Amino acid sequence: MSNYPKPDGPTLRAIYEKAARIQFNDERVIKEIKAGKLVMPFYSTRGQEIIPAAISVSLTDDDYVNTIYRGGHDQIAKGFPLPDYWAEIAGRVTGACKGKGGPMHLTYPAKGIMVTTGIVGSTAPIANGLAWAAKLEGKGRVTIANFGDGAANIGAVHEAMNMAALWQLPVIFVCQNNAYAEHTSMARSTRVDSYAKRAAGYAMEGIRVDGNDPDEMYGAARWAIDRARAGEGPTFIEATTFRFNGHLIGEAGGYMDKELYAASQTRDPMPILRRRLVDQGIAAAGELDALDASIRAEIDAAVQAAYAADYPDPSELKVDVLVDAIA
Amino acid sequence: MTEPVKMTMIDAINRALHDAMEENGKILLLGEDVADPEDGGVFGATRGLSTRFGEDRVKSTPISEQAIVGAAIGASLVGYRPVAEVMLMNFMTVAMDMLVNHAAKLRFMSGGQTSVPITVRTMTGSGLSLGGQHSDFVEAWFAHTAGMKVVIPSSANDAYGLLRSAIDDADPVIFVETLPIYWAQGEVSFERIPIGKARVCREGSDLTIIAYGQMVSHSLTVATELAKQGKSVEVIDLRTVSPWDRETVLASVAKTGRALIVHEAVKEYGVGAEIASVIGEALFGRLVAPVQRLGAAYCPVPFSKPLEQAFAPNAESIGAAAAALLS
Ligand SMILES: Cc1ncc(C[n+]2csc(CCOP(=O)(O)OP(=O)(O)O)c2C)c(N)n1
Repeated sequence: MSNYPKPDGPTLRAIYEKAARIQFNDERVIKEIKAGKLVMPFYSTRGQEIIPAAISVSLTDDDYVNTIYRGGHDQIAKGFPLPDYWAEIAGRVTGACKGKGGPMHLTYPAKGIMVTTGIVGSTAPIANGLAWAAKLEGKGRVTIANFGDGAANIGAVHEAMNMAALWQLPVIFVCQNNAYAEHTSMARSTRVDSYAKRAAGYAMEGIRVDGNDPDEMYGAARWAIDRARAGEGPTFIEATTFRFNGHLIGEAGGYMDKELYAASQTRDPMPILRRRLVDQGIAAAGELDALDASIRAEIDAAVQAAYAADYPDPSELKVDVLVDAIA
Repeated sequence: MTEPVKMTMIDAINRALHDAMEENGKILLLGEDVADPEDGGVFGATRGLSTRFGEDRVKSTPISEQAIVGAAIGASLVGYRPVAEVMLMNFMTVAMDMLVNHAAKLRFMSGGQTSVPITVRTMTGSGLSLGGQHSDFVEAWFAHTAGMKVVIPSSANDAYGLLRSAIDDADPVIFVETLPIYWAQGEVSFERIPIGKARVCREGSDLTIIAYGQMVSHSLTVATELAKQGKSVEVIDLRTVSPWDRETVLASVAKTGRALIVHEAVKEYGVGAEIASVIGEALFGRLVAPVQRLGAAYCPVPFSKPLEQAFAPNAESIGAAAAALLS
């Protein structure tokens, strides 16, 4: 890893800001669900914040991101406006997708958030098309295809990686390995000990990093992004991490390895990053407290505005199916 | 205006792709074997196009149906108009996730923020002894999926005109080419034909036959035969299976009082059921006989010649059904 770029102080602080917004938002969603105010399936990203935070500091609004049902972290890191986010997950007409997509299909093209899919593995083939378009435009845009460790075993991902390597597309496959696919561990899903090894099978650059370590994650992402922008083709990044809240909110997690779970809790990336910012003098504790408070206030305003908004009219069922409304 | 030219359906398709690409630099082609180093497709439908427009815009792909349709979707999300070729309609099943979960739904789930203006060309047809996995008809699956259109031309002229409109369309279009009539000659006038409009191929007053694809010419043969017996049969080529032209069909059946729907796909749960039901609801009091459907036998497309001939409707069986309706 020593060859990869390292984040400087301001970059680390930017990573913290994005990661804190992701964490607080995730916690607030869970709170609203538990209070019975939101009714929806929710796939928490608590524990995985650093991955998209450290990637997206090297991206612009012009770059594309595809993500999955467990994608709140990817969306918020890329700049999904919180009012549009909250109104959407509350099913309101003011939501980004007019309440027609919901938490598993959050889309915001203005910030490059092109597809959020509930179908495991489907981000990758579509990412290739975005990257093909970007290559034709020649503006150096990069596409990130996020998916989980479980998705790495789906055929669509293999087809997409082969084609991306063949066509030398500016796409980065980010496998967020949070140790479980629903209830199934990696060891019970594949014989390989690292998904990154598979990249070699496509003559693609592949790298495994600690996704909870901002230095490693930033360095690998920056390297891959620079390569993509320079026309040097795709990269596969396996980012190891852990999901703290099980697969779906409300599930017991009885299938989890107790020791692994306990160890992951001692490595919560959020307090570690915060401590580091203060210890290294990148930000004062009071400054971070103020930042946290302002993020929470922003979330609070988005939640209140969402609840105050109307539900879509049933006539919306016929709108957006095709470009012309259905008769 | 260009003078009409006699050509085969396959040449008309090639010409439509050529003219569309010439007119609009955003039109891209991809699929197995489609570029000229691979001979411009197994049937030559795309021959010459990569030489003319370059291999950036006309890309041969690995055998990866999910990656093909996925890449088409991705590029379409950001302003391109890809025409993907899925060699045979049976192989659409391999890409069903991309077609049904993504192409058809992204507009709706994003609340209209993104659209998928792709055309997926595919081929099929019984009569060539290709057996169950290379000549099947699954148009009803796509017609049943909200958010996409299904077009099935029956002549060279329609193939040209409908393909031009499919490529222009803002929504995903499944474009089904019928192999056994691929090499049939016809006059092509190089004009766009609107999607969703049927064509009255022959006017009549006693019975309406509604058909598409290979069944149109059989139906016309039957109409000519019955005319010799003093029976006047109207033949409608549906052209577009979804959305289908209710206006033209209902006006015709209101006039004739009798309807026979014919398709090459199996009868059970097929397109004919939808049309029959709508005719029944709209024209119950004006029908002089129950609406009849004719489709293939409820079995996979067989290999053995006599079995394959017995599988799909033909002039004989259509003639018998028509005569029974008229008696
Ligand atoms: C094609 C498909 N098969 C099965 C499912 C059901 N499912 C939803 S999430 C999931 C686990 C996926 O795990 P992983 O890819 O590791 O992502 P993670 O949830 O851990 O982020 C499964 C099997 C699905 N959504 N799509």
